[in-house]
Amino acid sequence: MASTYNDILERLRFHLRQFTGPDVEITAQTDLINELAIDSVKLLNLIMEIEDEFDISVPINALADVQTVHELVNLIQRIKVARQ
Amino acid sequence: MSLLDKLDAVAAARKALLPEGVEVFGMPIDEIYSSTEAKIGDHRILFLGTNNYLGLTFAPECKQAAHEAIESEGTGTTGSRMANGSYIGHRALEHELADFYHCHSCIVFTTGYQANLATISGLAGPGDVVLIDGDSHASIYDGCRLSGAEIIRFRHNDMADLDKRLRRLGERSRSTLIIAEGIYSMLGDKAPLAEIVELKNAHNSILLLDEAHSLGVLGHTGQGLVEETGLIDEVDFITGTFSKSLGGIGGYCVSNHPQLDQLRYISRPYIFTASPTPATIASTRAALKLLRDGTQLRSQLWDNVHQLYSDLQQLGYRLGPEPSPVIATILDSPQQALALWKGLLENGIYVNLILPPAAPEGSSLVRCSVSAVHTREQMNFVGQAFAKVREVLSK
Repeated sequence: MASTYNDILERLRFHLRQFTGPDVEITAQTDLINELAIDSVKLLNLIMEIEDEFDISVPINALADVQTVHELVNLIQRIKVARQ
Repeated sequence: MSLLDKLDAVAAARKALLPEGVEVFGMPIDEIYSSTEAKIGDHRILFLGTNNYLGLTFAPECKQAAHEAIESEGTGTTGSRMANGSYIGHRALEHELADFYHCHSCIVFTTGYQANLATISGLAGPGDVVLIDGDSHASIYDGCRLSGAEIIRFRHNDMADLDKRLRRLGERSRSTLIIAEGIYSMLGDKAPLAEIVELKNAHNSILLLDEAHSLGVLGHTGQGLVEETGLIDEVDFITGTFSKSLGGIGGYCVSNHPQLDQLRYISRPYIFTASPTPATIASTRAALKLLRDGTQLRSQLWDNVHQLYSDLQQLGYRLGPEPSPVIATILDSPQQALALWKGLLENGIYVNLILPPAAPEGSSLVRCSVSAVHTREQMNFVGQAFAKVREVLSK
Protein backbone atom coordinates (compact mmCIF):
# COMPACT_ATOMS: atom_id res chain seq x y z
CA MET A 1 0.00 0.00 0.00
CA ALA A 2 1.34 3.41 -0.93
CA SER A 3 2.47 5.56 2.00
CA THR A 4 0.42 8.65 2.55
CA TYR A 5 1.88 12.10 2.14
CA ASN A 6 1.78 12.71 5.89
CA ASP A 7 3.39 9.39 6.71
CA ILE A 8 6.31 10.17 4.38
CA LEU A 9 6.57 13.71 5.75
CA GLU A 10 6.76 12.42 9.31
CA ARG A 11 9.46 9.86 8.55
CA LEU A 12 11.39 12.42 6.55
CA ARG A 13 11.27 14.91 9.43
CA PHE A 14 13.08 12.38 11.59
CA HIS A 15 15.99 12.31 9.12
CA LEU A 16 16.02 16.08 8.63
CA ARG A 17 16.25 16.67 12.38
CA GLN A 18 20.03 15.98 12.22
CA PHE A 19 20.48 19.26 10.32
CA THR A 20 18.74 21.50 12.79
CA GLY A 21 18.14 22.16 16.46
CA PRO A 22 15.16 20.54 18.25
CA ASP A 23 13.31 23.88 18.45
CA VAL A 24 13.23 24.53 14.70
CA GLU A 25 9.95 23.55 13.11
CA ILE A 26 10.26 21.52 9.92
CA THR A 27 7.21 22.00 7.70
CA ALA A 28 6.41 21.01 4.13
CA GLN A 29 7.43 24.51 3.07
CA THR A 30 10.87 24.38 4.73
CA ASP A 31 13.64 25.08 2.22
CA LEU A 32 16.26 22.35 2.41
CA ILE A 33 19.19 24.45 1.24
CA ASN A 34 18.45 27.93 2.55
CA GLU A 35 16.77 27.06 5.86
CA LEU A 36 18.35 23.75 6.82
CA ALA A 37 21.72 24.58 5.23
CA ILE A 38 21.95 21.17 3.59
CA ASP A 39 24.87 21.44 1.15
CA SER A 40 25.35 19.25 -1.89
CA VAL A 41 27.30 16.52 -0.07
CA LYS A 42 24.92 16.40 2.90
CA LEU A 43 22.01 16.13 0.46
CA LEU A 44 23.61 13.16 -1.31
CA ASN A 45 24.12 11.38 2.02
CA LEU A 46 20.56 12.21 3.07
CA ILE A 47 19.31 10.59 -0.13
CA MET A 48 21.06 7.32 0.81
CA GLU A 49 19.29 7.42 4.18
CA ILE A 50 15.97 8.06 2.44
CA GLU A 51 16.56 5.15 0.06
CA ASP A 52 17.06 2.85 3.03
CA GLU A 53 14.16 4.29 5.03
CA PHE A 54 11.65 3.80 2.20
CA ASP A 55 13.37 0.89 0.42
CA ILE A 56 13.49 2.75 -2.89
CA SER A 57 16.11 3.94 -5.39
CA VAL A 58 16.33 7.72 -5.65
CA PRO A 59 18.44 8.84 -8.62
CA ILE A 60 20.43 11.91 -7.65
CA ASN A 61 19.53 13.45 -11.02
CA ALA A 62 15.97 13.80 -9.71
CA LEU A 63 17.15 16.21 -7.03
CA ALA A 64 17.55 19.09 -9.49
CA ASP A 65 13.87 19.93 -9.01
CA VAL A 66 13.87 19.54 -5.23
CA GLN A 67 14.15 22.65 -3.08
CA THR A 68 11.62 22.15 -0.30
CA VAL A 69 10.54 19.36 2.03
CA HIS A 70 7.23 19.22 0.13
CA GLU A 71 9.03 18.59 -3.16
CA LEU A 72 11.14 15.85 -1.57
CA VAL A 73 8.04 14.16 -0.14
CA ASN A 74 6.41 14.30 -3.58
CA LEU A 75 9.49 12.76 -5.18
CA ILE A 76 9.52 9.88 -2.67
CA GLN A 77 5.81 9.31 -3.17
CA ARG A 78 6.16 9.27 -6.97
CA ILE A 79 8.98 6.72 -6.80
CA LYS A 80 7.06 4.49 -4.39
CA VAL A 81 3.94 4.56 -6.57
CA ALA A 82 5.94 3.87 -9.74
CA ARG A 83 7.49 0.81 -8.10
CA GLN A 84 4.15 -0.79 -7.32
CA MET B 1 20.34 35.93 -7.90
CA SER B 2 22.09 37.11 -11.07
CA LEU B 3 24.85 35.16 -12.79
CA LEU B 4 27.53 37.47 -11.41
CA ASP B 5 25.98 37.55 -7.92
CA LYS B 6 26.51 33.82 -7.75
CA LEU B 7 30.21 34.30 -8.36
CA ASP B 8 30.33 37.03 -5.71
CA ALA B 9 28.82 34.53 -3.28
CA VAL B 10 31.60 32.08 -4.17
CA ALA B 11 34.21 34.78 -3.53
CA ALA B 12 32.64 35.61 -0.15
CA ALA B 13 32.57 31.94 0.91
CA ARG B 14 36.20 31.54 -0.12
CA LYS B 15 37.23 34.69 1.76
CA ALA B 16 35.45 33.48 4.91
CA LEU B 17 37.35 30.19 4.82
CA LEU B 18 40.80 31.27 3.70
CA PRO B 19 42.95 34.18 4.88
CA GLU B 20 43.88 37.00 2.50
CA GLY B 21 47.14 36.65 0.65
CA VAL B 22 47.43 32.86 0.97
CA GLU B 23 47.27 31.14 -2.40
CA VAL B 24 46.12 27.76 -1.19
CA PHE B 25 44.60 26.71 -4.49
CA GLY B 26 46.66 27.29 -7.62
CA MET B 27 49.87 28.10 -5.76
CA PRO B 28 52.24 30.11 -8.00
CA ILE B 29 55.30 27.91 -8.64
CA ASP B 30 58.24 29.99 -9.83
CA GLU B 31 60.71 27.36 -10.97
CA ILE B 32 60.73 23.56 -11.24
CA TYR B 33 64.05 21.96 -10.31
CA SER B 34 63.17 18.26 -10.59
CA SER B 35 60.35 15.74 -10.12
CA THR B 36 60.37 16.51 -6.41
CA GLU B 37 61.69 20.06 -5.91
CA ALA B 38 60.66 23.56 -6.96
CA LYS B 39 60.94 27.22 -6.04
CA ILE B 40 58.01 29.10 -4.52
CA GLY B 41 58.81 32.76 -3.94
CA ASP B 42 62.32 32.74 -2.53
CA HIS B 43 62.07 29.26 -1.05
CA ARG B 44 63.12 25.86 -2.23
CA ILE B 45 60.28 23.46 -1.51
CA LEU B 46 59.73 19.72 -1.66
CA PHE B 47 56.76 18.48 -3.69
CA LEU B 48 54.66 16.09 -1.61
CA GLY B 49 51.33 16.52 -3.33
CA THR B 50 51.81 16.10 -7.04
CA ASN B 51 50.74 12.48 -7.81
CA ASN B 52 54.10 11.97 -9.52
CA TYR B 53 54.18 8.44 -8.13
CA LEU B 54 57.05 7.10 -10.22
CA GLY B 55 58.81 10.46 -10.60
CA LEU B 56 58.83 10.23 -14.40
CA THR B 57 58.22 13.90 -15.24
CA PHE B 58 61.97 14.43 -15.65
CA ALA B 59 62.86 10.97 -17.02
CA PRO B 60 65.41 11.58 -19.82
CA GLU B 61 63.71 8.99 -22.08
CA CYS B 62 60.36 10.82 -21.80
CA LYS B 63 61.83 14.28 -22.34
CA GLN B 64 63.80 13.15 -25.36
CA ALA B 65 60.80 11.41 -26.91
CA ALA B 66 58.73 14.58 -26.48
CA HIS B 67 61.48 16.74 -28.07
CA GLU B 68 61.75 14.42 -31.05
CA ALA B 69 57.98 14.32 -31.56
CA ILE B 70 57.78 18.11 -31.63
CA GLU B 71 60.58 18.20 -34.19
CA SER B 72 58.97 15.61 -36.44
CA GLU B 73 55.23 16.21 -35.99
CA GLY B 74 54.87 19.73 -34.61
CA THR B 75 53.35 21.14 -31.47
CA GLY B 76 49.69 20.16 -31.85
CA THR B 77 47.08 18.29 -33.87
CA THR B 78 44.75 21.32 -34.06
CA GLY B 79 41.62 19.22 -33.93
CA SER B 80 39.85 16.00 -33.09
CA ARG B 81 40.84 12.62 -34.41
CA MET B 82 37.49 12.28 -36.14
CA ALA B 83 38.18 15.43 -38.14
CA ASN B 84 41.97 15.64 -38.33
CA GLY B 85 42.88 11.96 -38.27
CA SER B 86 44.80 9.65 -35.98
CA TYR B 87 48.57 10.09 -35.97
CA ILE B 88 50.91 7.11 -35.84
CA GLY B 89 51.58 7.91 -32.18
CA HIS B 90 47.88 7.87 -31.20
CA ARG B 91 47.42 4.45 -32.77
CA ALA B 92 50.69 3.10 -31.41
CA LEU B 93 49.91 4.18 -27.84
CA GLU B 94 46.46 2.57 -28.04
CA HIS B 95 48.06 -0.63 -29.30
CA GLU B 96 50.68 -0.54 -26.53
CA LEU B 97 48.11 0.06 -23.78
CA ALA B 98 45.90 -2.75 -25.10
CA ASP B 99 48.96 -5.01 -25.10
CA PHE B 100 49.92 -3.87 -21.58
CA TYR B 101 46.51 -4.95 -20.28
CA HIS B 102 46.22 -7.95 -22.65
CA CYS B 103 42.97 -6.40 -23.83
CA HIS B 104 41.20 -6.32 -27.18
CA SER B 105 40.66 -2.56 -27.46
CA CYS B 106 41.91 0.77 -26.19
CA ILE B 107 40.91 4.38 -26.76
CA VAL B 108 43.17 7.25 -25.77
CA PHE B 109 41.61 10.53 -24.61
CA THR B 110 42.99 14.04 -24.25
CA THR B 111 42.71 14.12 -20.44
CA GLY B 112 41.96 11.62 -17.70
CA TYR B 113 38.85 13.62 -16.84
CA GLN B 114 37.61 13.15 -20.40
CA ALA B 115 38.41 9.43 -20.30
CA ASN B 116 35.77 9.00 -17.60
CA LEU B 117 33.40 11.52 -19.15
CA ALA B 118 33.62 9.84 -22.56
CA THR B 119 33.53 6.24 -21.38
CA ILE B 120 30.68 6.58 -18.90
CA SER B 121 28.53 8.77 -21.13
CA GLY B 122 29.20 6.44 -24.07
CA LEU B 123 28.29 3.28 -22.17
CA ALA B 124 25.25 4.42 -20.20
CA GLY B 125 22.28 6.48 -21.34
CA PRO B 126 18.76 7.48 -20.39
CA GLY B 127 16.91 4.52 -18.90
CA ASP B 128 20.14 2.89 -17.65
CA VAL B 129 21.53 3.08 -14.11
CA VAL B 130 25.02 4.00 -12.93
CA LEU B 131 25.81 2.78 -9.43
CA ILE B 132 28.80 4.66 -8.07
CA ASP B 133 30.85 4.67 -4.89
CA GLY B 134 30.05 7.68 -2.68
CA ASP B 135 33.70 8.82 -2.75
CA SER B 136 33.95 8.82 -6.54
CA HIS B 137 36.05 11.42 -8.33
CA ALA B 138 34.30 14.43 -9.90
CA SER B 139 35.03 13.09 -13.40
CA ILE B 140 32.88 10.04 -12.59
CA TYR B 141 30.01 12.17 -11.29
CA ASP B 142 30.24 14.42 -14.34
CA GLY B 143 30.40 11.48 -16.75
CA CYS B 144 27.29 10.05 -15.13
CA ARG B 145 25.46 13.36 -15.42
CA LEU B 146 26.43 13.65 -19.09
CA SER B 147 25.13 10.13 -19.75
CA GLY B 148 21.56 10.94 -18.69
CA ALA B 149 21.40 7.62 -16.82
CA GLU B 150 19.92 7.44 -13.33
CA ILE B 151 22.71 7.94 -10.79
CA ILE B 152 22.58 5.92 -7.57
CA ARG B 153 25.35 6.06 -4.95
CA PHE B 154 26.45 3.32 -2.58
CA ARG B 155 28.29 3.98 0.69
CA HIS B 156 32.03 4.13 0.22
CA ASN B 157 33.56 0.62 -0.03
CA ASP B 158 30.50 -0.84 1.73
CA MET B 159 29.68 -4.08 -0.07
CA ALA B 160 26.53 -4.86 1.90
CA ASP B 161 25.28 -1.44 0.83
CA LEU B 162 26.16 -2.11 -2.83
CA ASP B 163 24.39 -5.47 -2.68
CA LYS B 164 21.30 -3.87 -1.14
CA ARG B 165 21.13 -1.22 -3.85
CA LEU B 166 21.61 -3.78 -6.64
CA ARG B 167 18.82 -5.92 -5.18
CA ARG B 168 16.52 -2.91 -5.05
CA LEU B 169 17.07 -2.36 -8.77
CA GLY B 170 15.73 -5.85 -9.55
CA GLU B 171 15.87 -6.61 -13.28
CA ARG B 172 17.30 -3.15 -13.92
CA SER B 173 20.63 -4.33 -12.49
CA ARG B 174 21.20 -5.88 -15.95
CA SER B 175 21.43 -2.41 -17.46
CA THR B 176 23.52 -1.05 -14.59
CA LEU B 177 27.10 0.17 -14.77
CA ILE B 178 28.92 -0.18 -11.42
CA ILE B 179 31.86 2.20 -11.03
CA ALA B 180 34.71 1.92 -8.52
CA GLU B 181 38.30 3.17 -8.25
CA GLY B 182 41.55 1.21 -7.79
CA ILE B 183 42.80 3.68 -5.18
CA TYR B 184 40.50 6.45 -3.99
CA SER B 185 42.01 9.90 -4.33
CA MET B 186 40.84 11.31 -1.01
CA LEU B 187 41.78 8.70 1.61
CA GLY B 188 44.07 6.49 -0.48
CA ASP B 189 42.14 3.28 0.22
CA LYS B 190 41.58 0.53 -2.33
CA ALA B 191 38.26 -0.79 -3.63
CA PRO B 192 37.35 -4.31 -2.40
CA LEU B 193 37.49 -5.55 -5.98
CA ALA B 194 36.90 -9.26 -5.38
CA GLU B 195 33.62 -8.54 -3.61
CA ILE B 196 32.56 -6.00 -6.21
CA VAL B 197 33.21 -8.53 -8.97
CA GLU B 198 31.18 -11.15 -7.10
CA LEU B 199 28.24 -8.76 -6.82
CA LYS B 200 28.43 -7.56 -10.42
CA ASN B 201 28.38 -11.19 -11.61
CA ALA B 202 25.52 -12.11 -9.29
CA HIS B 203 23.45 -9.20 -10.60
CA ASN B 204 24.59 -9.40 -14.25
CA SER B 205 25.83 -5.82 -14.26
CA ILE B 206 28.81 -4.22 -16.01
CA LEU B 207 31.86 -3.02 -14.05
CA LEU B 208 34.11 -0.05 -14.77
CA LEU B 209 37.24 0.42 -12.66
CA ASP B 210 39.13 3.71 -12.67
CA GLU B 211 42.84 3.00 -12.10
CA ALA B 212 43.90 6.68 -12.14
CA HIS B 213 45.79 6.50 -8.83
CA SER B 214 46.71 2.80 -8.97
CA LEU B 215 48.31 2.61 -12.43
CA GLY B 216 52.05 2.12 -11.99
CA VAL B 217 51.57 1.68 -8.27
CA LEU B 218 49.88 -1.73 -7.80
CA GLY B 219 50.66 -5.07 -9.43
CA HIS B 220 53.92 -6.59 -10.64
CA THR B 221 53.93 -4.70 -13.96
CA GLY B 222 51.95 -1.74 -12.61
CA GLN B 223 48.58 -2.45 -14.26
CA GLY B 224 46.88 -1.47 -11.04
CA LEU B 225 44.38 -3.12 -8.71
CA VAL B 226 43.28 -5.51 -11.48
CA GLU B 227 46.77 -7.01 -11.50
CA GLU B 228 47.26 -7.02 -7.74
CA THR B 229 44.02 -8.95 -7.31
CA GLY B 230 44.36 -11.09 -10.45
CA LEU B 231 40.88 -9.99 -11.55
CA ILE B 232 41.61 -8.29 -14.84
CA ASP B 233 39.35 -10.66 -16.78
CA GLU B 234 36.44 -9.85 -14.49
CA VAL B 235 36.50 -6.08 -15.01
CA ASP B 236 34.62 -4.95 -18.12
CA PHE B 237 36.19 -1.53 -18.62
CA ILE B 238 39.32 0.05 -17.13
CA THR B 239 39.96 3.77 -17.32
CA GLY B 240 43.05 5.66 -16.22
CA THR B 241 45.15 8.74 -16.66
CA PHE B 242 48.55 9.69 -18.03
CA SER B 243 48.88 12.60 -15.62
CA LYS B 244 49.98 10.71 -12.51
CA SER B 245 52.38 7.75 -12.78
CA LEU B 246 53.03 8.46 -16.46
CA GLY B 247 53.97 12.08 -15.84
CA GLY B 248 52.06 13.59 -18.79
CA ILE B 249 48.44 14.41 -19.53
CA GLY B 250 45.72 12.29 -21.13
CA GLY B 251 43.62 9.27 -20.37
CA TYR B 252 42.54 5.86 -21.66
CA CYS B 253 39.94 3.16 -21.56
CA VAL B 254 40.78 -0.50 -22.25
CA SER B 255 38.39 -3.41 -22.56
CA ASN B 256 37.95 -6.87 -23.97
CA HIS B 257 34.50 -5.90 -25.17
CA PRO B 258 34.92 -5.11 -28.88
CA GLN B 259 32.02 -2.65 -28.55
CA LEU B 260 34.42 -0.18 -26.88
CA ASP B 261 35.51 1.04 -30.33
CA GLN B 262 32.01 2.37 -31.02
CA LEU B 263 32.60 5.08 -28.42
CA ARG B 264 34.67 6.84 -31.08
CA TYR B 265 31.43 7.58 -32.95
CA ILE B 266 29.05 8.45 -30.15
CA SER B 267 31.07 9.86 -27.28
CA ARG B 268 31.06 13.65 -27.31
CA PRO B 269 34.11 14.19 -25.04
CA TYR B 270 36.12 12.10 -27.55
CA ILE B 271 34.66 13.55 -30.73
CA PHE B 272 34.62 17.24 -29.89
CA THR B 273 38.11 17.71 -28.40
CA ALA B 274 41.50 18.20 -29.99
CA SER B 275 43.50 14.98 -29.77
CA PRO B 276 46.61 14.69 -27.56
CA THR B 277 49.68 16.50 -28.89
CA PRO B 278 52.55 14.54 -30.46
CA ALA B 279 54.83 15.43 -27.54
CA THR B 280 52.30 14.18 -24.99
CA ILE B 281 51.80 10.91 -26.84
CA ALA B 282 55.54 10.38 -27.28
CA SER B 283 56.45 11.03 -23.64
CA THR B 284 53.57 8.82 -22.49
CA ARG B 285 54.74 5.94 -24.70
CA ALA B 286 58.24 6.26 -23.24
CA ALA B 287 56.84 6.49 -19.71
CA LEU B 288 54.65 3.40 -20.25
CA LYS B 289 57.77 1.37 -21.05
CA LEU B 290 59.45 2.63 -17.88
CA LEU B 291 56.32 1.94 -15.84
CA ARG B 292 56.01 -1.58 -17.20
CA ASP B 293 59.63 -2.37 -16.32
CA GLY B 294 59.46 -0.29 -13.15
CA THR B 295 59.55 -3.00 -10.49
CA GLN B 296 62.44 -1.21 -8.78
CA LEU B 297 60.58 2.13 -8.87
CA ARG B 298 57.51 0.51 -7.31
CA SER B 299 59.66 -1.02 -4.62
CA GLN B 300 61.19 2.39 -3.79
CA LEU B 301 57.72 3.97 -3.85
CA TRP B 302 56.30 1.47 -1.35
CA ASP B 303 59.34 1.82 0.92
CA ASN B 304 58.66 5.56 1.03
CA VAL B 305 54.93 5.01 1.56
CA HIS B 306 55.48 2.70 4.53
CA GLN B 307 58.03 5.06 6.07
CA LEU B 308 55.78 8.12 5.88
CA TYR B 309 52.61 6.29 6.96
CA SER B 310 54.44 4.84 9.94
CA ASP B 311 56.10 8.18 10.86
CA LEU B 312 52.77 10.03 10.77
CA GLN B 313 51.00 7.31 12.72
CA GLN B 314 53.66 7.45 15.42
CA LEU B 315 53.30 11.22 15.59
CA GLY B 316 49.60 10.75 16.32
CA TYR B 317 48.12 12.02 13.05
CA ARG B 318 44.77 10.52 12.05
CA LEU B 319 45.29 8.88 8.67
CA GLY B 320 43.39 7.15 5.87
CA PRO B 321 42.66 3.45 6.49
CA GLU B 322 45.68 1.89 4.77
CA PRO B 323 49.17 2.84 3.54
CA SER B 324 49.14 3.95 -0.09
CA PRO B 325 50.91 6.56 -2.21
CA VAL B 326 47.99 8.84 -1.30
CA ILE B 327 48.39 9.50 2.43
CA ALA B 328 45.67 11.71 3.87
CA THR B 329 45.89 13.28 7.32
CA ILE B 330 42.35 13.85 8.56
CA LEU B 331 41.65 17.02 10.55
CA ASP B 332 38.55 17.99 12.49
CA SER B 333 38.15 21.46 11.02
CA PRO B 334 39.16 23.51 7.97
CA GLN B 335 41.12 25.81 10.32
CA GLN B 336 43.22 22.93 11.65
CA ALA B 337 43.87 21.67 8.13
CA LEU B 338 44.85 25.14 6.94
CA ALA B 339 47.23 25.57 9.88
CA LEU B 340 48.93 22.24 9.14
CA TRP B 341 49.15 23.05 5.43
CA LYS B 342 50.68 26.47 6.16
CA GLY B 343 53.06 25.04 8.75
CA LEU B 344 54.35 22.47 6.28
CA LEU B 345 54.80 25.08 3.57
CA GLU B 346 56.76 27.28 5.95
CA ASN B 347 58.95 24.25 6.58
CA GLY B 348 59.53 23.76 2.86
CA ILE B 349 56.93 21.12 2.00
CA TYR B 350 54.09 21.50 -0.48
CA VAL B 351 51.05 19.26 0.07
CA ASN B 352 47.36 19.42 -0.92
CA LEU B 353 44.71 21.05 1.22
CA ILE B 354 41.22 19.62 0.79
CA LEU B 355 38.30 21.30 2.50
CA PRO B 356 34.55 20.55 2.67
CA PRO B 357 32.57 19.84 0.59
CA ALA B 358 35.40 18.27 -1.47
CA ALA B 359 36.59 16.09 1.43
CA PRO B 360 34.47 13.08 2.43
CA GLU B 361 32.08 13.07 5.40
CA GLY B 362 32.59 16.73 6.27
CA SER B 363 36.25 16.22 7.16
CA SER B 364 39.21 18.37 6.11
CA LEU B 365 42.31 16.78 4.69
CA VAL B 366 45.98 17.53 4.22
CA ARG B 367 46.89 15.06 1.51
CA CYS B 368 50.38 13.87 0.69
CA SER B 369 51.34 11.95 -2.41
CA VAL B 370 54.55 9.99 -2.22
CA SER B 371 56.98 9.45 -5.10
CA ALA B 372 59.43 6.66 -5.88
CA VAL B 373 62.12 9.29 -6.41
CA HIS B 374 61.77 10.95 -3.02
CA THR B 375 65.12 10.20 -1.41
CA ARG B 376 65.59 8.73 2.05
CA GLU B 377 66.86 12.17 3.19
CA GLN B 378 63.75 13.87 1.78
CA MET B 379 61.44 11.39 3.52
CA ASN B 380 63.28 11.95 6.81
CA PHE B 381 62.95 15.72 6.26
CA VAL B 382 59.17 15.28 5.74
CA GLY B 383 58.83 13.28 8.97
CA GLN B 384 60.75 15.95 10.90
CA ALA B 385 58.60 18.75 9.44
CA PHE B 386 55.34 16.99 10.39
CA ALA B 387 56.73 16.50 13.92
CA LYS B 388 57.73 20.16 14.21
CA VAL B 389 54.36 21.45 12.97
CA ARG B 390 52.44 19.08 15.24
CA GLU B 391 54.36 20.42 18.22
CA VAL B 392 53.53 24.03 17.25
CA LEU B 393 49.86 23.25 16.57
CA SER B 394 49.36 21.43 19.86
CA LYS B 395 50.49 24.45 21.90
